[in-house]
Amino acid sequence: MQNLEKIRCDACPVMCYIAPGQTGACDRYGNDNGRIVRSDPVTILSRTLEQGGRLVPFAGPAWDGEILRPADAFVTGIGAGTTYPDYKPAPFIVSSEIDGADMVTVVTEAIFSYCGVKVKIDTDRFLGPEGATVRAEGEAIGHVTTAEYGSQMLSLGGVHHLTGGSKPEGRVTCAAMLALCNGEAVALTIDAGSAVTVQAGHAPVVDGVRERRMRVGCGSATIGMFAAGWRGLVDEVVVVDDHITGVVSEHQAGKVLGWEETGIKIKGSKSTPGRYFRVSEPGLGWGGTRLTDPLDILGPWNPKKGARPGLTLLMVSTTGEEYAYYVLNEALEPIRHDLPAALQATVRLIDENCEPSLCTVLFLGGAGGSLRAGVTRNPVRLTRSVQAHETRLTSGGAPCYIWPGGGITFMVDVTRLPPGAFGYVPTPALVAPLEFTLPRAAYVALGGHEGAIQSLEQIVAKGGEYATAGRLDRWPGAQE
Amino acid sequence: MSGAQVSLLPDGRRLHLNHGPMDLIIEAYGTPQAVHLAYARAAARFEGLLEALVAELPDLRSPEALPLRGPVAQAMAQAVAPFRPDFITPMAAVAGAVADAVMAAVAGAGITRAYVNNGGDIALHLTPGQNLTAAIVAKAGWQAGRPDSVTIRYADRVRGIATSGWRGRSFSLGIADAVTVLARTAAMADAAATMIANAVDLPGHQGITRCPADQIKADSDLGARAVTVAVARLAPGDVGRALDAGLAAANTFRGRGLIEGAALFLQGELRTVGAMPLAAVPPLTPETCLG
Repeated sequence: MQNLEKIRCDACPVMCYIAPGQTGACDRYGNDNGRIVRSDPVTILSRTLEQGGRLVPFAGPAWDGEILRPADAFVTGIGAGTTYPDYKPAPFIVSSEIDGADMVTVVTEAIFSYCGVKVKIDTDRFLGPEGATVRAEGEAIGHVTTAEYGSQMLSLGGVHHLTGGSKPEGRVTCAAMLALCNGEAVALTIDAGSAVTVQAGHAPVVDGVRERRMRVGCGSATIGMFAAGWRGLVDEVVVVDDHITGVVSEHQAGKVLGWEETGIKIKGSKSTPGRYFRVSEPGLGWGGTRLTDPLDILGPWNPKKGARPGLTLLMVSTTGEEYAYYVLNEALEPIRHDLPAALQATVRLIDENCEPSLCTVLFLGGAGGSLRAGVTRNPVRLTRSVQAHETRLTSGGAPCYIWPGGGITFMVDVTRLPPGAFGYVPTPALVAPLEFTLPRAAYVALGGHEGAIQSLEQIVAKGGEYATAGRLDRWPGAQE
Repeated sequence: MSGAQVSLLPDGRRLHLNHGPMDLIIEAYGTPQAVHLAYARAAARFEGLLEALVAELPDLRSPEALPLRGPVAQAMAQAVAPFRPDFITPMAAVAGAVADAVMAAVAGAGITRAYVNNGGDIALHLTPGQNLTAAIVAKAGWQAGRPDSVTIRYADRVRGIATSGWRGRSFSLGIADAVTVLARTAAMADAAATMIANAVDLPGHQGITRCPADQIKADSDLGARAVTVAVARLAPGDVGRALDAGLAAANTFRGRGLIEGAALFLQGELRTVGAMPLAAVPPLTPETCLG
């Protein structure tokens, strides 16, 4: 089927729109029947490299004559190209020696028409009901799934949105997943829920507000964690929280420690002792409430239950970002004082225990189909070798989690791939790098393309079928 | 997305810079250390250059005189401004302006002469007593023989050479096989070559096949304007008429001080304007060559 759509070429910053049969401004990247024919340099990663970005032209000298190939150079699938759907060896089948063992890495780029993206959004905010449709540019690209441990989970893409819906739905789904996988920010809306901007490795922006940190726990959990540390330093602690506000003198944790009554009165719905719901409305104030003055949630102090002049009170949010210290005066009114040094450490401890709020994007793909024929003549043996952990699967050098069960279904944290590692074809489908690394003997035994194995030296000297150069980069996250 | 790429050509002398549509060959002459430093400066200047242009791309593709921020973008705008109100966009000078910008980085201590060849649009650097000879391939396809050459001396005002024509990488509204222009900067030469090549034309002639530019490249700054895609063998009188139309434009531009010289080629015929020190050169390497 002829694809008549223009493709946006992402080979360089010009980002030309290229119609079928045309080339971009460079005259080198073309739209060949719906597919960008690209000749990007293949990415080679090294942990020992001090500076990345060096280009290694294949079959030619370097411009400044420096040594180009660190000992630990690893050829990735990024820019390798693909032989799909042809039954021929993968673009690069690289021999190397790892810890004295002869290894082979089969390097390719794979086209994923059925792939998806799992997004974890660190926020306690309600983003939308379970099962609600998630949209980009108004098109349905996935849905809200379960909320787990202070994070909201989205499931995006997959075969039904990519190829099962309307043409715009597939195109927008592909574009949104590509942007997410390449670490770009994507604006999403959730039916009957929030607008959220998601970017891998960055804080989510929910309805225009950037999340900063995850709370250490709810107000009650915070009391439970830190009650012992407050004992002896202060007479009362209130942890202000939009979910559950905790009061140490009434809380089970306080009782265990023998905390005395203080005659405090919290305006809100009492749940169990020392735990209060709905002290305020959700907002941008203290502990995710609307409060700018935490005293607004306190009623009159009761002297019959322990309130007395000189009684000390710490009010703190679940992130430790907001805090205030009070002493009751003769009229039993809390008067604000500077936080004593001993209590400052307890507030810092809450702060220190909060995780930064992030979005995590996992790409989920399946290395099935005819792709495996580029690795071996007997594809199922590759599947079994991967399942048996004999073959190590990486994507752009990043480790992959292999799902148990049938096939080679894997997930990879997109922030562990070099920037721009993902591409697309307007099928629509994503293009992602894959590398299969296994002992040479095992590779030969599973029917691998033994005759196509080359050393990196040979590749640099002769070049590959598609890639004409290698780009030497630092392994993302490599130790300084 | 790939970034700027820097490599030495296999001859070990010339520096090759590539980023997207920009493809520059640089050769500097001087002590090995001076050349190495010049190449490092060129590579540093090249970094981010394309991104800066892309940031203003919509305005650079506009025929309106819009305010521009980047130094290269401003050089492009300055080079094309004298040709309005005729249709022209700053993109007509992009290759030359990029060559000029990189040349400004290459020129420096210990460099006696240098050229930056950006896909045929060339910036030159000469110190007293030095000259550079450029071979220009400007014959029609069926007549390709020995190329001509031009020699630029220090005393000449020329520091830019550019070529335009419908057979080249950029589109042309005219039918010239090639128009090579000598000017004070590569950006000025680039813009003028585009305009002179556009003027070499036979409007309405049956032997000329034209096509909307955006049907060949969707993003073209020429939009739906008809660009030349094929020219049949023309009668000798028609060749002369087309060339004379271009010659008139070239003479006007020279009179206004926009160019120093020009050579117009169409189907084996040649017209020159001003200082165009053409000479036949011995058979050379297949690519355009300087030195």
